[in-house]
Amino acid sequence: MARVLGMLSLLLALTLAASGCGGSKKSDKADSGEVGPANISIWTPFVDPELKTFKAVVADFEKAHPGIHVKVVGGTNDDKIVAAIRGGNAPDVAQSFSSDNTGAFCPSGAWIDLGPYMEKDGVDDSIFPEAPRDYSKFEGTRCALPMLADTYGLYYNKTLLAKAGYKNPPKTISQLTAMAKKLTQRDSSGKLKVVGFNPFPSWYENVPAHFAPSWGATWMDGDKSALNTPAWADQLRWQKSLIDWYGYDNLVRFDAGAGDEFSESNAFETGKVAMHMDGEWRVAFIKREAPKLSYGTAPFPVADDKQDLYGAGYVTGSIIGIPKTSKHKDQAWLLARYLGANANALAKLSNGIQNVPTTTASLKSPLLKPLPGFQTFLDVFGNANTTTTPITRIGAANQETFQSFVSKYLSGSKKDLEGGLAGVDKQIDAQLKQAQAGQAP
Amino acid sequence: MSPWILGFSVFFGYPLVMSAYLSFTHYDLLSSPRWIGLANYRYLFTTDQTIWPAVKNTLWFIAIAVPLQVLFALGIAIMLSRARRGIGLFRTIFYLPALAPPVAATLGFVYLLNPATGPVNTILGKVGIQGPLWFDSPQWSKPSLTLLALWGVGNTMIIFLAAVLDVPSHLYESAQLDGAGAISRLRWVTLPTISPVILFAVVIGVIEGLQYFTQAYVAANVAGGSASYSAEAANALGYPEDSTLFYPVLLYQQGFRYFNMGYASAMAMLLLAVSFAVTFVIVRNSRRFVHYQAPGR
Repeated sequence: MARVLGMLSLLLALTLAASGCGGSKKSDKADSGEVGPANISIWTPFVDPELKTFKAVVADFEKAHPGIHVKVVGGTNDDKIVAAIRGGNAPDVAQSFSSDNTGAFCPSGAWIDLGPYMEKDGVDDSIFPEAPRDYSKFEGTRCALPMLADTYGLYYNKTLLAKAGYKNPPKTISQLTAMAKKLTQRDSSGKLKVVGFNPFPSWYENVPAHFAPSWGATWMDGDKSALNTPAWADQLRWQKSLIDWYGYDNLVRFDAGAGDEFSESNAFETGKVAMHMDGEWRVAFIKREAPKLSYGTAPFPVADDKQDLYGAGYVTGSIIGIPKTSKHKDQAWLLARYLGANANALAKLSNGIQNVPTTTASLKSPLLKPLPGFQTFLDVFGNANTTTTPITRIGAANQETFQSFVSKYLSGSKKDLEGGLAGVDKQIDAQLKQAQAGQAP
Repeated sequence: MSPWILGFSVFFGYPLVMSAYLSFTHYDLLSSPRWIGLANYRYLFTTDQTIWPAVKNTLWFIAIAVPLQVLFALGIAIMLSRARRGIGLFRTIFYLPALAPPVAATLGFVYLLNPATGPVNTILGKVGIQGPLWFDSPQWSKPSLTLLALWGVGNTMIIFLAAVLDVPSHLYESAQLDGAGAISRLRWVTLPTISPVILFAVVIGVIEGLQYFTQAYVAANVAGGSASYSAEAANALGYPEDSTLFYPVLLYQQGFRYFNMGYASAMAMLLLAVSFAVTFVIVRNSRRFVHYQAPGR
């Protein structure tokens, strides 16, 4: 069955590629320096309404480079990119939402090394802040540019907080916990009506990576997995204690009845959740889907013994690169450079999509017009303690192996936290070793 | 070259040979495969801690869901064969679910069995029973998938029905003359006569059980609901708590999500070997239970 699925996605990708890749047109005016005219294609995971903004920015690029015509294909994903590269029909430029896959695209050469192009054009990677600079390269090879980032913080419902007598959002985990309990409402049968803060492991954006910066928890020690730390243990114990307070089954029932994360019935947008961890994009979603919601944003609260971390958060983002099969690499580079390094382009993308722009210059761009509530996320992005997940050769396998244990610990089916974390470390180390088998040392 | 050889080599021979070759390599789908000898198999048998839970899930399904499917399909077929009126209507009603595409059927069941808003738990709630968490509980997720499998036994049911209707009536008549009741006739006439078809259903059921993927994949993703916008670390495969992480789901995860196609190929080779072995054992032992009618009778 897996093979059938693989073949299907390959077929789909081939069809898409066939419709997305154009040949070069010799008759076009050549003007972009030494680079000739060409028809190129770009794949992006964005769908409408974000795709509209994306296309508008690509149109700006075409205006600035009259010989280059760009075909934009939206709604793609990494599976399709991988299949198309294998089939030799990949687009000239590809965007991935998952920076975790830098560890697959870079060392394999599937996305070409952008180093020589950057050197030639005098683009230094110091234009990117540290986290996006790191998650778009692997072991020294820069095969991608960051293009828009996602940072995480706390959203709170001002109306619900005011009713419970709170003026300000929580800054520490103990405040968050106390407020979450007070803000929670149950009906006469004990069923959860409003959840103060939902700590359930697979709820919306609740994954360990997003909580980690609030406890200063990290993933690796050198090239070894290092999850058996007091920071992770504290984070998970807190999460479990709050889940137990709600009752695990009660939360399952609440989650099953709450709306889809990316729909108008999102539980925060409908007031079923009072405080919420989410990404910066939610600002734009709320404007579109729940314009009357009175809400605020703040950095996510931090562990009581790590208050100096307040203001930090998790950051990840999109990456953009040139698949090795591109037939117009020079033109592709111009487009990638425009989307990844041009401050005006990034500001325009950010305004339309409400994602965080990823160069230091674009963060200060006068063109940047953040919606109310968005500034929090720009600040989180700029915070020195903001962290991302390390890029590994095994993609997101380390995070998923960890999550698998976390879900069992939080439900109570695994009791030994430290022993379990040590086991996860062992498992991830084995995966890392397995991925390097047969490689010249 | 005859057409079947072409089809056979392109769709079966080549993938099989490539899988066997890739199982001795590290292959990330993007760079060329790197020969690593038996390292994948060593990792599979000695190191990978996710294999055993996945094997256990698959065995659970084969031990519980497959026999239930066969019994259920056989039960319906026998009842239908006795229906005096409306046999065409009932046959259609019981067969129809088999026409539902697996993805659509799974989505339907996840909706029906939603612990908070699903009709099943709503009705149970009306009579004072708090329904289980179904696809959201590690104890109930596999039974939920079993219900889904039972709902869709139409294909097997039709084959059984044809077999049951094909039992020579003179055998029933002589049994009746000897004083055999309904149960005895079922035990001593129907079952032995259709035993080759039962064997077929069991073998096919076991092989399908070993390859069980689509329903588990869809149910976990929909019930798990972790469709992260940023797509990173959005892992719902096996939800909840790896209880639906069947062997083929793990194989898919390794091959397509973790860029570990060499290892996934090794897993596929093991699956092939196990399918062969299981089928061999069943067919071998079946000689004691299966009666083939002599030709020309």
